[in-house]
Amino acid sequence: MAGPAPAQPQFGKRPKSFYFLAGFFALFVAFLYGPMSAIYILSFQGPTGGLTFPMRGVSLHWFHALFAQERTGDFAGAFARSLLLAALVLSVTVVMSILAGMAFRRRFFGSTFVFYLAIASLIMPGILVGLGIGLTFQLFEIQTSWFTSALGAQLTWTLPFGLLIMFAVLSRFNRAFEEAGRDLGASNWQIFWLVVVPILLPGIIGVALFGFTLSYDEFPRTLLTAGAQNTLPMEIWGMTTNVTSPALYALGTVTTVVSFIAITLALGSIALIQRRRARRPAPETQSGPAA
Amino acid sequence: MEPGKNSASARGAIELVSVTKRFGDTVAVRNIDLKIPGGAYCCLLGPSGCGKTTILRMIAGHEDPTDGDVLIDNENVVGKAPVERGTAMMFQSYALFPHLTCRDNVAFNLKVRGVAKAERQERALEMLARVRMREFADRLPAQLSGGQQQRIALARSLITNPRVLLLDEPLSALDEFLRLQMRGELKRIQTEFGISFIHVTHTQMEAIALADMVVVMDQGRIEQADSARHVFERPRTPYVARFIGGQNVMTGKVLERRSGAVLIDTGGKQLLVSAPETLPEIGASFGIAVRRDRVRLQRSEGAPAGSTLNSIGGRVSALEYQGSWLKITIEDAGGEDFVVNEADSTFFATPVEVGDIVSASWAPEEVHYLSAASVSR
Repeated sequence: MAGPAPAQPQFGKRPKSFYFLAGFFALFVAFLYGPMSAIYILSFQGPTGGLTFPMRGVSLHWFHALFAQERTGDFAGAFARSLLLAALVLSVTVVMSILAGMAFRRRFFGSTFVFYLAIASLIMPGILVGLGIGLTFQLFEIQTSWFTSALGAQLTWTLPFGLLIMFAVLSRFNRAFEEAGRDLGASNWQIFWLVVVPILLPGIIGVALFGFTLSYDEFPRTLLTAGAQNTLPMEIWGMTTNVTSPALYALGTVTTVVSFIAITLALGSIALIQRRRARRPAPETQSGPAA
Repeated sequence: MEPGKNSASARGAIELVSVTKRFGDTVAVRNIDLKIPGGAYCCLLGPSGCGKTTILRMIAGHEDPTDGDVLIDNENVVGKAPVERGTAMMFQSYALFPHLTCRDNVAFNLKVRGVAKAERQERALEMLARVRMREFADRLPAQLSGGQQQRIALARSLITNPRVLLLDEPLSALDEFLRLQMRGELKRIQTEFGISFIHVTHTQMEAIALADMVVVMDQGRIEQADSARHVFERPRTPYVARFIGGQNVMTGKVLERRSGAVLIDTGGKQLLVSAPETLPEIGASFGIAVRRDRVRLQRSEGAPAGSTLNSIGGRVSALEYQGSWLKITIEDAGGEDFVVNEADSTFFATPVEVGDIVSASWAPEEVHYLSAASVSR
């Protein structure tokens, strides 16, 4: 046996840079989740415990306290409002982003201008957007509320995001699918519902996820437009100034769990769709026919 | 099957009348006239950008001609939807719907037409059986190989009961082995369904092997529309001869007229070649093609070359062994390549090597005259 041995992948032997970068990454993760985990741990503080370590026992006391309105403000109401508002924002964002994305596939007169106009609202300071909307409502003597002015304010934030995602999704969409649908006798409406939407579904779920999470923790645009009733982030903001019990931490834990459930549902369903569509092809030799 | 053999009964006769297609300032198809008999296997052949796919898409109804008419069975179909035309198209990448099983892909046309679920599933299964894919009915396209996907795409198109099936480079996504297998399969299905197939390709041998009718295109024009055998043996223009291959093409200006022959200047050397009965004028353009396998190679070293009728001299510049034959490339006095395909038995009896001085000659009856107008172009 002469000649060099074929290169084998070498497991277990890694360059020094690997350990350096891995260590750096570990630091980053600790920075990202360390402070938050302190909150999660402290939310299980015993009934006699305080806002800081040490833990005086472990209990669900502060989660119960959360829902007792008289102690911590209207948490349950704010939570319900935020979920409903996020659902509204999600629906409008998904529908508008799909429609706008489809429209932008055809270059229409002024399309570039309209696009930059939409994107510009991403860059504008949110607090100013909220202030502007609040002032305008005041000018016309309309009551600001979470389901009117705040909904609009949040949409200025979620729609450009949704549009950008749809651009990315549609740029990879093969028009031959639509032509095939047309070739097979489908109407435009049938092509849209039976071909375009199902194929784009993972991207559409992505838009929905953005719409939901951006709305759920939106603060600057909502602050001056939510009117008399608070959304959850504003409720939390209020509590940081007047609640001096670990109920505040319990609230942090609950909202984080909701966010994680939303993200897991969305990413999980995307992964499921992708996996279903991309199972390994059968080996060519077993095709059988005409062999 | 010869084109139009059963044209009285065969459906799907296509006629293009002065069809032009422009995209902005570019002209993709220039004033084309073409008649394809019903039930024919027709290949549109040409390099990329020659307009062949545009013609296909205009017949399919995915593009409208800028000018001119498209007739199917003597009926103008411009402006009609694909299904109204009775055409179906198989896309280059097949465009199978990734979210639907093979059965649902094939049943798609029935679904949009409102056929009841049980019936459409049954008919889809029947069609899958006809392309020998019934056992793959519940798979998704991503789980199939390229050849299998193609069968599903065929079934999905054929279920619309078209009179014309349009295929856009159907074999280009397959590997060599599968390509040959599917080539036979396409021909079998075309014969079985008895409809017209219009197949776009840039592969000469694919067109020659499959087609009743080959349409050779270049820059939005039809160079030749003929039977496969005529296109190969009697190319009309130097372009067709070179594109189809297997030919030595010689073109030049007439210098001298002799009895039954002319001396031409190819722009580097002079050649004495047979000429038709009515000799071309002095100074006129003249072109011939001689098949590579109809040329004899002479090994006599130092033989005078150039002034002998129907012969050419030069140095062997390349040898390629092809199994049953050898491809011998000769560089002539003008620096141009001349190719001789010689049977292996002949070659190995008296082999030549790269660098040898040789001459090649051909019989007068092997000379094929190219159209004068095309040569001067």
